[in-house]
Amino acid sequence: MNVFLDAFAWIFSPDRTTGYLPLWEAVLQHLGFTFGSVAIAALIAIPAGWAIGHTGKGREIAVFLSGAARSLPSLGLVVLLYLVIGVNFKEQAAVVAFVLLAIPSILAGAYAGIEAINRSTVEAGRAVGMTPMQILWKIEVPLGLPLLIGGIRSAVLQVVATVTIAAYVGLGGLGFALIQGIQTRNAAQILGASIVVVILALVLDGAFALFQRIVVPRGVAVQHSSPTRRRTRRAPVPAT
Amino acid sequence: MSITRTRIIPVIGLAAAAVFALSACGSSDSLQGGGSSGNQGGDDQSKTIVVGSQSYPSNEIIAEIYSQVLEKDGFTVERKFAIGQRDAYMPSLEDGSIDLFPEYTGSLLQYYDKSATAGSSDEVYDAMVKVLPDNLKALDYSPATDQDSYNVTAAFAKENNLTEIGDLAGVKDLTFGGAPELEQRPYFTDLKKVYGVDAKFEATADTTVDELVAGNIQVANVYSADPRIETEDLVTLKDPKGLFLAANVVPIANADKADEIADAINKVSAAMSPEELVAMNVESTVDQRSSADIAKKWIADNLG
Repeated sequence: MNVFLDAFAWIFSPDRTTGYLPLWEAVLQHLGFTFGSVAIAALIAIPAGWAIGHTGKGREIAVFLSGAARSLPSLGLVVLLYLVIGVNFKEQAAVVAFVLLAIPSILAGAYAGIEAINRSTVEAGRAVGMTPMQILWKIEVPLGLPLLIGGIRSAVLQVVATVTIAAYVGLGGLGFALIQGIQTRNAAQILGASIVVVILALVLDGAFALFQRIVVPRGVAVQHSSPTRRRTRRAPVPAT
Repeated sequence: MSITRTRIIPVIGLAAAAVFALSACGSSDSLQGGGSSGNQGGDDQSKTIVVGSQSYPSNEIIAEIYSQVLEKDGFTVERKFAIGQRDAYMPSLEDGSIDLFPEYTGSLLQYYDKSATAGSSDEVYDAMVKVLPDNLKALDYSPATDQDSYNVTAAFAKENNLTEIGDLAGVKDLTFGGAPELEQRPYFTDLKKVYGVDAKFEATADTTVDELVAGNIQVANVYSADPRIETEDLVTLKDPKGLFLAANVVPIANADKADEIADAINKVSAAMSPEELVAMNVESTVDQRSSADIAKKWIADNLG
Protein backbone atom coordinates (compact mmCIF):
# COMPACT_ATOMS: atom_id res chain seq x y z
CA MET A 1 0.00 0.00 0.00
CA ASN A 2 2.88 2.25 0.81
CA VAL A 3 3.97 2.24 -2.82
CA PHE A 4 0.52 3.44 -3.88
CA LEU A 5 0.59 6.23 -1.32
CA ASP A 6 4.01 7.25 -2.66
CA ALA A 7 2.65 7.13 -6.19
CA PHE A 8 -0.26 9.41 -5.37
CA ALA A 9 2.07 11.68 -3.43
CA TRP A 10 4.16 11.86 -6.61
CA ILE A 11 1.12 12.73 -8.74
CA PHE A 12 -0.06 15.51 -6.44
CA SER A 13 3.36 16.87 -5.52
CA PRO A 14 3.81 20.60 -6.32
CA ASP A 15 6.95 19.56 -8.21
CA ARG A 16 4.69 18.16 -10.93
CA THR A 17 3.73 21.66 -12.02
CA THR A 18 7.34 22.66 -12.75
CA GLY A 19 10.31 21.16 -14.51
CA TYR A 20 10.86 20.21 -18.12
CA LEU A 21 7.48 18.58 -18.59
CA PRO A 22 4.81 19.45 -15.99
CA LEU A 23 2.34 16.64 -15.47
CA TRP A 24 -0.67 18.51 -16.85
CA GLU A 25 1.30 19.32 -19.97
CA ALA A 26 2.26 15.67 -20.37
CA VAL A 27 -1.43 14.74 -20.03
CA LEU A 28 -2.37 17.30 -22.69
CA GLN A 29 0.33 16.01 -25.05
CA HIS A 30 -0.86 12.49 -24.39
CA LEU A 31 -4.49 13.36 -25.14
CA GLY A 32 -3.41 15.38 -28.16
CA PHE A 33 -1.61 12.41 -29.69
CA THR A 34 -4.51 10.12 -28.83
CA PHE A 35 -7.33 12.22 -30.26
CA GLY A 36 -5.31 13.47 -33.21
CA SER A 37 -4.37 9.94 -34.26
CA VAL A 38 -7.85 8.52 -33.70
CA ALA A 39 -9.40 11.42 -35.64
CA ILE A 40 -7.14 10.81 -38.63
CA ALA A 41 -7.81 7.08 -38.39
CA ALA A 42 -11.56 7.77 -38.27
CA LEU A 43 -11.37 9.96 -41.39
CA ILE A 44 -9.85 7.02 -43.24
CA ALA A 45 -11.58 4.06 -41.65
CA ILE A 46 -15.20 5.24 -41.31
CA PRO A 47 -15.85 5.99 -45.01
CA ALA A 48 -13.99 2.81 -45.97
CA GLY A 49 -15.94 0.76 -43.44
CA TRP A 50 -19.28 2.20 -44.57
CA ALA A 51 -18.41 1.49 -48.19
CA ILE A 52 -17.57 -2.11 -47.32
CA GLY A 53 -20.69 -2.54 -45.19
CA HIS A 54 -22.99 -0.93 -47.72
CA THR A 55 -21.72 -2.71 -50.81
CA GLY A 56 -20.71 -5.93 -49.08
CA LYS A 57 -17.54 -5.88 -51.18
CA GLY A 58 -13.91 -5.79 -50.14
CA ARG A 59 -14.50 -7.25 -46.71
CA GLU A 60 -11.83 -9.94 -46.98
CA ILE A 61 -9.15 -7.56 -48.11
CA ALA A 62 -10.09 -5.09 -45.35
CA VAL A 63 -9.94 -7.81 -42.69
CA PHE A 64 -6.60 -8.94 -44.06
CA LEU A 65 -5.05 -5.47 -44.24
CA SER A 66 -6.33 -4.26 -40.90
CA GLY A 67 -5.33 -7.53 -39.24
CA ALA A 68 -1.84 -7.13 -40.66
CA ALA A 69 -1.70 -3.50 -39.48
CA ARG A 70 -2.82 -4.55 -36.02
CA SER A 71 0.00 -7.06 -35.69
CA LEU A 72 2.73 -4.48 -36.35
CA PRO A 73 4.60 -3.67 -33.14
CA SER A 74 4.03 0.04 -32.58
CA LEU A 75 7.38 0.81 -30.99
CA GLY A 76 9.24 -0.83 -33.85
CA LEU A 77 7.11 1.06 -36.32
CA VAL A 78 7.71 4.42 -34.66
CA VAL A 79 11.47 3.87 -34.65
CA LEU A 80 11.49 2.53 -38.22
CA LEU A 81 9.43 5.43 -39.59
CA TYR A 82 11.54 7.87 -37.64
CA LEU A 83 14.70 6.43 -39.16
CA VAL A 84 13.19 6.54 -42.65
CA ILE A 85 11.68 10.03 -42.66
CA GLY A 86 14.17 11.76 -40.39
CA VAL A 87 14.39 13.38 -37.02
CA ASN A 88 12.54 16.55 -38.00
CA PHE A 89 9.41 14.53 -38.78
CA LYS A 90 9.39 12.28 -35.75
CA GLU A 91 5.94 13.54 -34.70
CA GLN A 92 4.51 12.46 -38.02
CA ALA A 93 6.28 9.11 -37.67
CA ALA A 94 4.64 8.52 -34.30
CA VAL A 95 1.21 9.67 -35.49
CA VAL A 96 1.36 7.33 -38.49
CA ALA A 97 2.09 4.41 -36.18
CA PHE A 98 -0.81 5.34 -33.88
CA VAL A 99 -3.16 5.82 -36.83
CA LEU A 100 -2.30 2.34 -38.10
CA LEU A 101 -3.03 1.02 -34.64
CA ALA A 102 -6.42 2.75 -34.50
CA ILE A 103 -7.69 1.93 -37.99
CA PRO A 104 -8.54 -1.79 -37.56
CA SER A 105 -10.99 -1.31 -34.67
CA ILE A 106 -12.73 1.66 -36.29
CA LEU A 107 -12.93 -0.07 -39.67
CA ALA A 108 -14.38 -3.20 -38.09
CA GLY A 109 -16.86 -1.11 -36.10
CA ALA A 110 -17.98 0.75 -39.23
CA TYR A 111 -18.66 -2.25 -41.45
CA ALA A 112 -19.81 -4.59 -38.70
CA GLY A 113 -22.34 -1.95 -37.65
CA ILE A 114 -23.91 -2.01 -41.10
CA GLU A 115 -23.64 -5.77 -41.53
CA ALA A 116 -25.40 -6.38 -38.23
CA ILE A 117 -28.54 -4.58 -39.42
CA ASN A 118 -31.48 -6.84 -40.08
CA ARG A 119 -31.62 -7.21 -43.88
CA SER A 120 -35.39 -6.87 -43.86
CA THR A 121 -35.01 -3.33 -42.49
CA VAL A 122 -32.81 -2.44 -45.45
CA GLU A 123 -35.23 -4.19 -47.84
CA ALA A 124 -38.09 -2.21 -46.32
CA GLY A 125 -36.21 0.99 -47.06
CA ARG A 126 -35.71 -0.08 -50.64
CA ALA A 127 -39.38 -1.06 -50.90
CA VAL A 128 -40.56 2.42 -49.97
CA GLY A 129 -38.36 3.82 -52.74
CA MET A 130 -35.23 4.98 -50.93
CA THR A 131 -32.17 5.56 -53.09
CA PRO A 132 -28.96 3.71 -52.10
CA MET A 133 -27.68 6.96 -50.58
CA GLN A 134 -30.84 7.35 -48.54
CA ILE A 135 -30.56 3.76 -47.37
CA LEU A 136 -26.98 4.45 -46.27
CA TRP A 137 -27.67 7.73 -44.46
CA LYS A 138 -31.15 7.07 -43.08
CA ILE A 139 -30.93 3.37 -42.22
CA GLU A 140 -27.44 1.92 -42.22
CA VAL A 141 -25.46 4.76 -40.67
CA PRO A 142 -27.82 5.49 -37.74
CA LEU A 143 -28.42 1.83 -36.95
CA GLY A 144 -24.71 1.02 -37.26
CA LEU A 145 -23.65 3.92 -35.05
CA PRO A 146 -23.49 2.08 -31.70
CA LEU A 147 -21.06 -0.51 -33.10
CA LEU A 148 -19.03 2.21 -34.82
CA ILE A 149 -18.72 4.15 -31.58
CA GLY A 150 -17.69 0.87 -29.96
CA GLY A 151 -14.94 0.52 -32.53
CA ILE A 152 -13.73 4.07 -31.91
CA ARG A 153 -13.89 3.36 -28.19
CA SER A 154 -11.53 0.41 -28.41
CA ALA A 155 -9.25 2.34 -30.79
CA VAL A 156 -9.00 5.19 -28.29
CA LEU A 157 -8.15 2.76 -25.50
CA GLN A 158 -5.41 1.07 -27.51
CA VAL A 159 -3.92 4.36 -28.61
CA VAL A 160 -4.05 6.05 -25.19
CA ALA A 161 -2.07 3.14 -23.75
CA THR A 162 0.39 3.04 -26.63
CA VAL A 163 1.16 6.77 -26.80
CA THR A 164 3.53 6.20 -23.86
CA ILE A 165 6.11 4.98 -26.40
CA ALA A 166 6.25 8.45 -27.98
CA ALA A 167 8.74 9.38 -25.27
CA TYR A 168 11.23 6.90 -26.70
CA VAL A 169 11.74 9.30 -29.60
CA GLY A 170 11.55 12.36 -27.36
CA LEU A 171 7.95 13.38 -28.01
CA GLY A 172 6.86 13.70 -24.39
CA GLY A 173 3.52 12.53 -23.14
CA LEU A 174 3.14 10.45 -20.00
CA GLY A 175 5.78 8.01 -21.28
CA PHE A 176 8.38 10.66 -20.44
CA ALA A 177 7.70 10.37 -16.72
CA LEU A 178 7.59 6.58 -17.01
CA ILE A 179 10.95 6.25 -18.76
CA GLN A 180 12.56 8.80 -16.49
CA GLY A 181 11.26 6.88 -13.47
CA ILE A 182 12.57 3.57 -14.78
CA GLN A 183 16.04 4.96 -15.41
CA THR A 184 16.26 6.71 -12.04
CA ARG A 185 14.71 3.69 -10.31
CA ASN A 186 11.95 5.81 -8.82
CA ALA A 187 9.11 3.39 -8.11
CA ALA A 188 6.69 6.13 -6.99
CA GLN A 189 7.18 7.96 -10.27
CA ILE A 190 6.77 4.82 -12.40
CA LEU A 191 3.58 3.83 -10.61
CA GLY A 192 2.31 7.41 -10.44
CA ALA A 193 2.70 7.95 -14.17
CA SER A 194 1.10 4.55 -14.85
CA ILE A 195 -1.85 5.45 -12.65
CA VAL A 196 -2.38 8.65 -14.62
CA VAL A 197 -2.42 6.62 -17.86
CA VAL A 198 -4.90 4.18 -16.31
CA ILE A 199 -7.15 7.00 -15.12
CA LEU A 200 -7.06 8.61 -18.57
CA ALA A 201 -8.04 5.28 -20.12
CA LEU A 202 -10.88 4.70 -17.65
CA VAL A 203 -12.27 8.21 -18.06
CA LEU A 204 -12.17 7.97 -21.85
CA ASP A 205 -13.73 4.51 -21.79
CA GLY A 206 -16.51 5.71 -19.50
CA ALA A 207 -17.20 8.71 -21.71
CA PHE A 208 -17.44 6.51 -24.79
CA ALA A 209 -19.64 3.96 -23.02
CA LEU A 210 -22.06 6.79 -22.25
CA PHE A 211 -21.84 8.12 -25.79
CA GLN A 212 -22.47 4.64 -27.18
CA ARG A 213 -25.76 4.48 -25.28
CA ILE A 214 -26.84 7.91 -26.36
CA VAL A 215 -26.39 7.20 -30.06
CA VAL A 216 -28.63 4.11 -30.07
CA PRO A 217 -31.67 5.14 -32.21
CA ARG A 218 -34.89 5.26 -30.24
CA GLY A 219 -36.55 2.43 -32.11
CA VAL A 220 -33.58 0.12 -31.57
CA ALA A 221 -33.44 1.00 -27.90
CA VAL A 222 -37.01 -0.17 -27.46
CA GLN A 223 -36.18 -3.41 -29.24
CA HIS A 224 -33.27 -4.04 -26.92
CA SER A 225 -35.48 -3.71 -23.86
CA SER A 226 -37.64 -6.66 -24.94
CA PRO A 227 -35.21 -9.50 -25.58
CA THR A 228 -37.80 -12.14 -26.46
CA ARG A 229 -39.03 -10.15 -29.42
CA ARG A 230 -35.54 -9.59 -30.62
CA ARG A 231 -34.70 -13.25 -30.53
CA THR A 232 -37.74 -14.27 -32.56
CA ARG A 233 -36.93 -11.62 -35.10
CA ARG A 234 -33.35 -12.59 -35.51
CA ALA A 235 -33.90 -16.32 -35.72
CA PRO A 236 -34.93 -16.47 -39.37
CA VAL A 237 -31.89 -14.51 -40.56
CA PRO A 238 -29.24 -17.28 -40.61
CA ALA A 239 -31.68 -19.51 -42.49
CA THR A 240 -31.93 -17.20 -45.49
CA MET B 1 -24.62 -15.50 -42.89
CA SER B 2 -23.87 -11.96 -41.86
CA ILE B 3 -24.31 -12.74 -38.19
CA THR B 4 -21.93 -15.69 -38.13
CA ARG B 5 -19.37 -13.60 -39.95
CA THR B 6 -19.44 -10.68 -37.57
CA ARG B 7 -19.04 -13.05 -34.65
CA ILE B 8 -15.83 -14.42 -36.10
CA ILE B 9 -14.05 -11.06 -35.92
CA PRO B 10 -13.82 -10.78 -32.13
CA VAL B 11 -12.84 -14.44 -31.95
CA ILE B 12 -9.91 -13.84 -34.29
CA GLY B 13 -8.94 -10.78 -32.29
CA LEU B 14 -9.08 -12.75 -29.06
CA ALA B 15 -7.02 -15.57 -30.52
CA ALA B 16 -4.39 -13.09 -31.69
CA ALA B 17 -4.31 -11.47 -28.26
CA ALA B 18 -3.93 -14.89 -26.65
CA VAL B 19 -1.01 -15.75 -28.92
CA PHE B 20 0.74 -12.52 -28.00
CA ALA B 21 0.12 -13.07 -24.30
CA LEU B 22 1.41 -16.64 -24.50
CA SER B 23 4.52 -15.71 -26.43
CA ALA B 24 5.27 -13.00 -23.87
CA CYS B 25 5.01 -15.59 -21.06
CA GLY B 26 7.20 -17.96 -23.02
CA SER B 27 10.08 -15.54 -23.34
CA SER B 28 10.12 -14.58 -19.66
CA ASP B 29 9.98 -18.24 -18.66
CA SER B 30 12.92 -19.14 -20.83
CA LEU B 31 14.92 -16.30 -19.32
CA GLN B 32 14.37 -17.57 -15.80
CA GLY B 33 15.01 -21.14 -16.87
CA GLY B 34 18.31 -20.08 -18.40
CA GLY B 35 19.38 -18.44 -15.17
CA SER B 36 18.77 -21.48 -13.01
CA SER B 37 20.40 -23.92 -15.41
CA GLY B 38 23.48 -21.71 -15.40
CA ASN B 39 23.56 -22.05 -11.65
CA GLN B 40 23.52 -25.83 -11.81
CA GLY B 41 26.23 -25.85 -14.47
CA GLY B 42 28.41 -23.77 -12.20
CA ASP B 43 27.98 -26.19 -9.31
CA ASP B 44 28.73 -29.29 -11.34
CA GLN B 45 32.01 -28.21 -12.87
CA SER B 46 34.30 -25.78 -11.17
CA LYS B 47 36.07 -25.06 -14.47
CA THR B 48 32.89 -23.67 -16.05
CA ILE B 49 32.57 -19.91 -16.04
CA VAL B 50 29.27 -18.25 -16.90
CA VAL B 51 29.92 -14.90 -18.57
CA GLY B 52 27.09 -12.40 -18.87
CA SER B 53 26.65 -9.14 -20.75
CA GLN B 54 24.20 -6.29 -21.15
CA SER B 55 22.19 -6.04 -24.33
CA TYR B 56 24.52 -3.31 -25.54
CA PRO B 57 26.97 -4.17 -28.32
CA SER B 58 29.98 -2.56 -26.66
CA ASN B 59 29.42 -4.50 -23.44
CA GLU B 60 28.88 -7.72 -25.35
CA ILE B 61 32.22 -7.32 -27.15
CA ILE B 62 34.05 -7.02 -23.82
CA ALA B 63 32.19 -10.07 -22.50
CA GLU B 64 33.19 -11.95 -25.64
CA ILE B 65 36.83 -11.00 -25.12
CA TYR B 66 36.66 -12.30 -21.52
CA SER B 67 35.07 -15.51 -22.81
CA GLN B 68 37.66 -16.16 -25.50
CA VAL B 69 40.57 -15.43 -23.15
CA LEU B 70 39.14 -17.82 -20.57
CA GLU B 71 38.60 -20.50 -23.20
CA LYS B 72 42.25 -20.19 -24.19
CA ASP B 73 43.12 -20.81 -20.55
CA GLY B 74 41.17 -24.05 -20.57
CA PHE B 75 37.93 -22.94 -18.97
CA THR B 76 34.56 -23.99 -20.29
CA VAL B 77 32.64 -20.79 -20.92
CA GLU B 78 28.90 -20.47 -20.95
CA ARG B 79 27.76 -17.23 -22.58
CA LYS B 80 24.67 -15.48 -21.27
CA PHE B 81 24.77 -12.33 -23.36
CA ALA B 82 22.28 -9.56 -24.03
CA ILE B 83 20.53 -9.91 -20.68
CA GLY B 84 19.37 -6.33 -20.50
CA GLN B 85 19.66 -3.59 -17.94
CA ARG B 86 21.40 -3.64 -14.60
CA ASP B 87 18.19 -4.30 -12.67
CA ALA B 88 17.70 -7.45 -14.71
CA TYR B 89 21.12 -9.04 -14.36
CA MET B 90 22.50 -7.91 -10.99
CA PRO B 91 20.28 -10.39 -9.08
CA SER B 92 21.69 -13.24 -11.20
CA LEU B 93 25.22 -12.04 -10.52
CA GLU B 94 24.49 -11.78 -6.81
CA ASP B 95 22.97 -15.26 -6.55
CA GLY B 96 25.85 -16.87 -8.44
CA SER B 97 24.10 -17.91 -11.64
CA ILE B 98 26.47 -15.62 -13.53
CA ASP B 99 30.18 -15.67 -12.65
CA LEU B 100 31.66 -12.81 -14.61
CA PHE B 101 30.23 -9.59 -16.00
CA PRO B 102 31.84 -6.53 -17.62
CA GLU B 103 30.63 -3.55 -15.62
CA TYR B 104 31.31 0.18 -15.32
CA THR B 105 32.67 1.57 -12.05
CA GLY B 106 30.55 4.71 -11.70
CA SER B 107 27.29 3.16 -12.89
CA LEU B 108 27.67 0.19 -10.57
CA LEU B 109 28.57 2.45 -7.66
CA GLN B 110 25.37 4.42 -8.26
CA TYR B 111 23.38 1.21 -8.46
CA TYR B 112 24.36 0.36 -4.88
CA ASP B 113 24.65 3.90 -3.56
CA LYS B 114 22.32 6.43 -5.09
CA SER B 115 23.93 9.35 -3.33
CA ALA B 116 27.40 8.60 -4.75
CA THR B 117 29.24 11.70 -5.91
CA ALA B 118 31.58 12.15 -8.79
CA GLY B 119 35.29 11.61 -8.58
CA SER B 120 38.38 10.35 -10.31
CA SER B 121 38.65 6.80 -11.63
CA ASP B 122 40.55 5.63 -8.53
CA GLU B 123 38.14 7.24 -6.08
CA VAL B 124 35.11 5.83 -7.83
CA TYR B 125 36.68 2.35 -8.01
CA ASP B 126 37.51 2.36 -4.28
CA ALA B 127 34.02 3.56 -3.39
CA MET B 128 32.48 0.88 -5.61
CA VAL B 129 34.56 -1.92 -4.06
CA LYS B 130 33.26 -0.84 -0.64
CA VAL B 131 29.57 -1.12 -1.60
CA LEU B 132 29.83 -4.42 -3.52
CA PRO B 133 28.15 -7.40 -1.83
CA ASP B 134 30.60 -9.82 -0.17
CA ASN B 135 30.13 -12.58 -2.72
CA LEU B 136 31.13 -10.33 -5.60
CA LYS B 137 34.68 -9.27 -6.32
CA ALA B 138 35.85 -6.48 -8.60
CA LEU B 139 38.98 -7.27 -10.61
CA ASP B 140 41.30 -4.51 -11.85
CA TYR B 141 39.58 -1.69 -13.67
CA SER B 142 40.58 -0.83 -17.20
CA PRO B 143 41.65 2.56 -18.56
CA ALA B 144 38.85 2.07 -21.10
CA THR B 145 35.79 4.06 -20.12
CA ASP B 146 32.25 4.26 -21.34
CA GLN B 147 30.61 7.06 -19.48
CA ASP B 148 28.24 9.95 -20.01
CA SER B 149 29.76 12.82 -21.91
CA TYR B 150 28.66 16.08 -23.49
CA ASN B 151 29.18 16.33 -27.23
CA VAL B 152 28.77 19.07 -29.81
CA THR B 153 29.08 19.05 -33.57
CA ALA B 154 32.52 19.89 -34.97
CA ALA B 155 31.09 23.02 -36.63
CA PHE B 156 29.51 24.27 -33.38
CA ALA B 157 32.75 23.60 -31.49
CA LYS B 158 34.76 25.60 -34.02
CA GLU B 159 32.27 28.46 -34.15
CA ASN B 160 32.29 28.91 -30.36
CA ASN B 161 35.84 27.77 -29.66
CA LEU B 162 34.88 24.86 -27.48
CA THR B 163 37.17 22.22 -26.04
CA GLU B 164 35.82 21.73 -22.52
CA ILE B 165 32.44 22.02 -20.84
CA GLY B 166 33.39 25.29 -19.16
CA ASP B 167 33.79 26.94 -22.59
CA LEU B 168 30.02 26.76 -22.96
CA ALA B 169 29.60 29.36 -20.19
CA GLY B 170 29.45 32.31 -22.56
CA VAL B 171 27.27 30.66 -25.20
CA LYS B 172 23.62 31.77 -25.35
CA ASP B 173 20.49 29.65 -25.88
CA LEU B 174 21.99 26.28 -25.13
CA THR B 175 19.73 23.25 -25.21
CA PHE B 176 21.08 19.98 -23.85
CA GLY B 177 19.50 16.85 -25.25
CA GLY B 178 19.53 13.44 -23.66
CA ALA B 179 17.50 10.64 -22.17
CA PRO B 180 14.51 11.67 -20.02
CA GLU B 181 16.47 11.03 -16.82
CA LEU B 182 19.16 13.57 -17.73
CA GLU B 183 16.88 16.26 -16.29
CA GLN B 184 17.47 14.84 -12.80
CA ARG B 185 21.10 13.76 -13.08
CA PRO B 186 23.64 15.75 -11.05
CA TYR B 187 25.80 16.21 -14.14
CA PHE B 188 22.98 18.27 -15.62
CA THR B 189 21.60 19.99 -12.52
CA ASP B 190 25.10 20.98 -11.35
CA LEU B 191 26.16 22.47 -14.69
CA LYS B 192 25.63 26.01 -13.44
CA LYS B 193 27.35 25.38 -10.12
CA VAL B 194 30.40 23.56 -11.50
CA TYR B 195 30.95 25.25 -14.87
CA GLY B 196 28.66 28.30 -14.80
CA VAL B 197 26.75 27.03 -17.82
CA ASP B 198 23.09 27.98 -18.31
CA ALA B 199 21.35 25.08 -19.98
CA LYS B 200 17.88 24.15 -21.06
CA PHE B 201 16.89 20.51 -21.12
CA GLU B 202 15.23 18.66 -23.97
CA ALA B 203 14.26 15.00 -23.67
CA THR B 204 15.48 13.59 -26.95
CA ALA B 205 15.80 9.97 -25.80
CA ASP B 206 16.89 7.68 -28.65
CA THR B 207 16.98 10.55 -31.14
CA THR B 208 19.68 12.54 -29.32
CA VAL B 209 22.49 12.31 -31.88
CA ASP B 210 20.14 12.92 -34.83
CA GLU B 211 18.71 16.00 -33.09
CA LEU B 212 22.22 17.30 -32.53
CA VAL B 213 23.20 16.82 -36.15
CA ALA B 214 19.92 18.41 -37.26
CA GLY B 215 20.70 21.43 -35.06
CA ASN B 216 17.62 21.11 -32.84
CA ILE B 217 19.82 20.82 -29.77
CA GLN B 218 23.32 22.20 -29.23
CA VAL B 219 24.78 19.71 -26.76
CA ALA B 220 24.13 15.96 -26.65
CA ASN B 221 24.55 13.62 -23.71
CA VAL B 222 26.04 10.50 -25.30
CA TYR B 223 28.14 7.61 -23.96
CA SER B 224 31.79 8.33 -24.58
CA ALA B 225 32.31 5.04 -26.46
CA ASP B 226 29.39 5.67 -28.80
CA PRO B 227 30.62 5.04 -32.35
CA ARG B 228 28.52 7.92 -33.68
CA ILE B 229 30.90 10.35 -31.97
CA GLU B 230 33.35 9.23 -34.62
CA THR B 231 31.00 8.61 -37.53
CA GLU B 232 29.03 11.87 -37.11
CA ASP B 233 32.18 13.90 -36.46
CA LEU B 234 31.21 15.06 -32.96
CA VAL B 235 33.48 16.74 -30.45
CA THR B 236 33.44 15.43 -26.89
CA LEU B 237 33.86 18.28 -24.44
CA LYS B 238 36.51 17.68 -21.78
CA ASP B 239 35.42 17.51 -18.16
CA PRO B 240 38.42 18.73 -16.08
CA LYS B 241 36.31 19.42 -12.97
CA GLY B 242 34.89 15.90 -12.83
CA LEU B 243 31.21 16.62 -13.40
CA PHE B 244 30.66 13.08 -14.63
CA LEU B 245 31.16 10.02 -12.53
CA ALA B 246 34.07 8.06 -14.00
CA ALA B 247 32.85 4.83 -15.56
CA ASN B 248 35.85 2.61 -16.26
CA VAL B 249 35.25 -0.88 -17.54
CA VAL B 250 35.57 -3.24 -14.59
CA PRO B 251 35.12 -7.02 -14.50
CA ILE B 252 32.83 -8.11 -11.67
CA ALA B 253 33.33 -11.74 -10.69
CA ASN B 254 31.84 -14.23 -8.30
CA ALA B 255 34.13 -14.20 -5.24
CA ASP B 256 34.55 -18.01 -5.34
CA LYS B 257 35.90 -17.98 -8.87
CA ALA B 258 37.58 -14.57 -8.96
CA ASP B 259 41.05 -15.82 -8.05
CA GLU B 260 41.36 -18.47 -10.73
CA ILE B 261 40.35 -16.10 -13.53
CA ALA B 262 41.93 -12.88 -12.21
CA ASP B 263 45.25 -13.20 -14.07
CA ALA B 264 43.72 -13.69 -17.49
CA ILE B 265 41.02 -11.05 -17.09
CA ASN B 266 43.29 -8.42 -15.53
CA LYS B 267 45.56 -8.68 -18.57
CA VAL B 268 42.56 -7.80 -20.76
CA SER B 269 41.64 -4.81 -18.60
CA ALA B 270 45.19 -3.48 -18.60
CA ALA B 271 45.53 -3.78 -22.37
CA MET B 272 42.24 -2.13 -23.36
CA SER B 273 42.28 1.60 -24.09
CA PRO B 274 39.31 3.97 -24.45
CA GLU B 275 40.17 4.51 -28.13
CA GLU B 276 40.16 0.79 -28.82
CA LEU B 277 36.76 0.48 -27.19
CA VAL B 278 35.37 3.14 -29.54
CA ALA B 279 37.08 1.51 -32.52
CA MET B 280 35.53 -1.84 -31.64
CA ASN B 281 32.11 -0.22 -31.35
CA VAL B 282 32.55 1.27 -34.80
CA GLU B 283 33.40 -2.16 -36.18
CA SER B 284 30.29 -3.54 -34.53
CA THR B 285 27.67 -0.96 -35.47
CA VAL B 286 29.09 0.49 -38.68
CA ASP B 287 30.86 -2.50 -40.22
CA GLN B 288 28.31 -4.94 -38.77
CA ARG B 289 30.93 -7.46 -37.67
CA SER B 290 30.08 -10.02 -35.02
CA SER B 291 31.38 -9.54 -31.49
CA ALA B 292 33.16 -12.91 -31.76
CA ASP B 293 35.19 -11.67 -34.77
CA ILE B 294 35.96 -8.32 -33.19
CA ALA B 295 37.04 -9.96 -29.93
CA LYS B 296 39.25 -12.45 -31.76
CA LYS B 297 41.01 -9.72 -33.68
CA TRP B 298 41.53 -7.58 -30.57
CA ILE B 299 43.01 -10.52 -28.65
CA ALA B 300 45.36 -11.35 -31.54
CA ASP B 301 46.48 -7.70 -31.77
CA ASN B 302 46.87 -7.02 -28.06
CA LEU B 303 47.51 -10.24 -26.17
CA GLY B 304 49.28 -12.11 -28.95
